[in-house]
Amino acid sequence: MGVTAPVARRPAHTKRASRTGDRIMRGLCAAAGIVVAITLIDLAYQLSHDASPAIDKFGVGFLFHEAWAPNFKIFGAADMIYGTVVSSAIALLIAAPLGVAIAVWLAMIAPRRVSAVVGPLVEMLAAVPSIIYGFWGVIVLAPFIQKIEPGLHSALGWIPLFGAPQTTGISMLAAAIVLTLMILPIQASLCRDLFLTVPPELKEGAEALGSTRWEVIRGIVIPSTLSGVSAATVLALGRALGEAIAVSLVIGDANGIHANLFLPGATLAERIANQFPSPVNPLHTASMFYCGVILLAICLLTSLLARKIAGRFDVERRYARAAMA
Amino acid sequence: MSGVDHTAALGGDTPLFDPTAPLTATGNLRRRMFVSRLVDGSAGIAALVAVALLGIVLYAVVSRGAKALSLEFVFTNPQGLTGGGIFNSLLGSFEVVMIGAVIAAPIGILTGLYLTEFAGRRSRTGRMLTVALDVLQGVPTIVTGLFIFGLLVIPLHQQSGIAGAVALAIVMLPLMARASQEVLLLVPASLREAADSLGVARWRAVLTVIVPAAAGGIITGVILATARAAGETAPMLICNSIFNPNTTQLNPLHGVPNVPMLIYTAYDLAVPDALTRLWGAAFVLLLLILIANVGARLLLARSRAKMGGGA
Repeated sequence: MGVTAPVARRPAHTKRASRTGDRIMRGLCAAAGIVVAITLIDLAYQLSHDASPAIDKFGVGFLFHEAWAPNFKIFGAADMIYGTVVSSAIALLIAAPLGVAIAVWLAMIAPRRVSAVVGPLVEMLAAVPSIIYGFWGVIVLAPFIQKIEPGLHSALGWIPLFGAPQTTGISMLAAAIVLTLMILPIQASLCRDLFLTVPPELKEGAEALGSTRWEVIRGIVIPSTLSGVSAATVLALGRALGEAIAVSLVIGDANGIHANLFLPGATLAERIANQFPSPVNPLHTASMFYCGVILLAICLLTSLLARKIAGRFDVERRYARAAMA
Repeated sequence: MSGVDHTAALGGDTPLFDPTAPLTATGNLRRRMFVSRLVDGSAGIAALVAVALLGIVLYAVVSRGAKALSLEFVFTNPQGLTGGGIFNSLLGSFEVVMIGAVIAAPIGILTGLYLTEFAGRRSRTGRMLTVALDVLQGVPTIVTGLFIFGLLVIPLHQQSGIAGAVALAIVMLPLMARASQEVLLLVPASLREAADSLGVARWRAVLTVIVPAAAGGIITGVILATARAAGETAPMLICNSIFNPNTTQLNPLHGVPNVPMLIYTAYDLAVPDALTRLWGAAFVLLLLILIANVGARLLLARSRAKMGGGA
């Protein structure tokens, strides 16, 4: 029975080989995907496990309790949640409109040669590491803020945000400005990419009907990319909420909730960066893990929100890219 | 906004068409063009302001850092508080980042391959994996640091370069996976179809046709992710910050000196010369990251051109 035509055997042989090969390849790739999933699940588990002493002791009250006294084993995150929200909100209020304006300029107004230079420049600024922004913030920005505080206070002192001037410039305001600088390039480059995907037929059609450039922007470009722009904004917000290093250098890591932006404050991520290396007691460490859990939850929500808002848009973008290729 | 009054657009209050009138915009049209120009101008100013602001940051680093920069600065270890260079930190950073990249790159690229080649385009697992990658990318790096602290530093009872490297790998992983996915999606369908029609097995098509076609883009993604991780300070602070800053120590089972921690720990020294060294370190770090970025982009442009020419 050993005589089988080689012609008949070979396809069977290669078929089996290809089937095993396919299986191995598929298995390897799936294993990589599983590693990603396990990493994420283990991350959530490990954090909540290490935070459990603090979670057991303080419960949900941790979120609303305004106290952080490591020596007395009393911990609450209300100050930090306030600081996180305020610094990121200010950063977003400045960076989002400015970023969109830059994107509009780059995608539609600037001469092509200029935007071919400035566009990559802006993208490159998104690659500057946070430590450099923080280092610049503490050495250059903080003294500058300290200098302009009296002026701002006398001009805008009727707004509680610009209260009594302080002595160092290390403040919530410095943190907000550093965060603004950090998320601005992200917002601008993401939005520019979105604006560039608007089909030229739409823009040209509107122009042919006599629209001015502003009317094209307001009537065609912004509405057709609105979901993407919102998603980009949420992503930038997530970035600001989670920034630890740059903020830890300029915010001062102080307790208390103050309206005055010239006073130092704290954020969740920044508190971990500042105090984790030298914990006073195990509960202190666990409380910082608890801050990490809160941070993880916040950032999980922002990523999912961004995804949900952009859901329809991502499809279109992929479609546009496939069409290009 | 609402219905445009055409007579107004053509000539304001003159009801009759005057063929001799000069062709200048009047009335409503004039207002609309004015608004448009105003927006043009303010967007331009916004761009200028942003570029100026960011230019100020870069200028501060470059102008002060360039003073410290010399061959000696790059190739000697620190001596005392102010003397010497940053050689040990550079070496250590390089080592830790490379270990991280070696861990992350295969997993990231294979995940990208799984998403594009094996999970169907609309499959549930594929979509869930994409969500997982996006979430992982959104996790603050300090939280990643805490995770690895609990996973590796507590059981091993000491901070180590390897713990830092694993944390960096988690930072790089989603970036690499998403970049690979995007690039693989750009591989022309005709290549896949051609391989299929020749009866090539899937795995062979992946290894010999699809991955080579996307290689340039994949490498770009790997380099960009590595460059991003090289500047990460938070995971280093949590997992790899205990070491002697003045000696070369490359055993990854102990703390390994690195550039981000050098800048972070010593910034508040009230010694101006120490600050000069830190500006120098910041400048070198920035320079390396920007060079990696420019190089990666050039590579991408080249491979795009090649793919366009071949297809």
